[in-house]
Amino acid sequence: MKEAVQIGGPAPVGPDLEELLGLVARGDHEAFSRVFDMVSGPVLGLVRSVLRDPAQSEEVAQEVLLEVWRTASRYRDDRGSGMTWVLTLAHRRAVDRVRSAQAAGDREQKAALLARTPSFDEVTEQVEARLEREQVRRCLRTLTELQRQSVTLAYYQGLLYREVAELLSVPLGTVKTRLRDGLIRLRDCLGVTA
Amino acid sequence: MTTPELHTLTGAYALHALDPAERAEFERHLRACPACAQEVAELSATAGRLGLAVSLTPPDALKERVMRAVTTERQLPPAVPAASRTGSGAGRRRAPARWALAACLAAAAGLGGVAVWQHEEVQDARAQAQAAQDQARELAAVLSAPDARTTSGKLSDGASGTVVVSRSQDRAAFIASGLPKPPAGKAYQLWFDDGGTMRSAGLITSSAATQSVLLHGHIGRASGMGITVEPAGGSASPTTNPLALMDFPA
Repeated sequence: MKEAVQIGGPAPVGPDLEELLGLVARGDHEAFSRVFDMVSGPVLGLVRSVLRDPAQSEEVAQEVLLEVWRTASRYRDDRGSGMTWVLTLAHRRAVDRVRSAQAAGDREQKAALLARTPSFDEVTEQVEARLEREQVRRCLRTLTELQRQSVTLAYYQGLLYREVAELLSVPLGTVKTRLRDGLIRLRDCLGVTA
Repeated sequence: MTTPELHTLTGAYALHALDPAERAEFERHLRACPACAQEVAELSATAGRLGLAVSLTPPDALKERVMRAVTTERQLPPAVPAASRTGSGAGRRRAPARWALAACLAAAAGLGGVAVWQHEEVQDARAQAQAAQDQARELAAVLSAPDARTTSGKLSDGASGTVVVSRSQDRAAFIASGLPKPPAGKAYQLWFDDGGTMRSAGLITSSAATQSVLLHGHIGRASGMGITVEPAGGSASPTTNPLALMDFPA
């Protein structure tokens, strides 16, 4: 890759995602088409990392993108970036899907889920995400082993913190603090502000 | 769960790793703890970066399906009128509160709670001043744009208004003189005229008789602008006859 392309960095031309969401809230289809182009890759990738199944992932990604259209008027730019808002919706829906499958009582499926290794190295990357991916990988290395495992199991696999505790054989309180401390360390390493 | 225990749930909450009962309890707590809310916002943004790192290229068929589906999908109305968002944007985002947990514990214990609120207020005031400054700068940019064009007209109550349009910046400003104070509980609201559909361009928040305001949002395909009297919080669409409708200069 010759050229570094930064996702989430300043857009070179045209309105940014936050402005576009404002237009989408007023029913602008053209703006929604541009929002789709900006967020669909990250949405699909995130949903896929939680759900694994390609067909189900596309279905949930479609639901998320429709939710963006339907609820764009509820997005508030003083509460965070548009990308954070969209990816929060996406993660929420993906974990809900996993949990409703679990609640359906398939104990084997749950065992299989808990046995999965973190998916970070397995997904096919979108080219533009490479830089982001490298930075996240580097920052994940600054976490303690327990912090890293807790955060990636909860986020990429959609596990409840109780499940993370069970899987790693550590007390509940430990997982709670590792999730928080791990994210804080990542926040500082990635230079995230909200 | 005790309050200090609740504070440590910011990470698990941002990762959607709480079960429904804990989530509900934590959300109740969040409403009373602005510093925790700030920490949650930052940790959610951090989690979003983990999401960005696993982007995939979506199949073309997904876009076709979604674009077709939205044509029949009803949108939620805004929870608050769009007009009340005047002055929004980067300038209004709150600075990160690195002392979040400590402040939160102090507030919860009833010690230093006032200090926390004062700190928040100072931050908000600073953010508002910044937003006002940003807006003044943007307004100046429109008024001084090389391609700025103006058109003037009389408002129905004897006041006069001038519209300044810069096509290169896709922005417009409105200068009013002799504008009477709006009735109590009311405010002047500006609108873009998108071929007969009115799109809010923000409220005139000061009550000075002469003033210049930057219309909120971009001109886009608007052919003109209007001004109406609306409830103080603004309306989603005009509820009264316009005081004036003015075409943008060609």
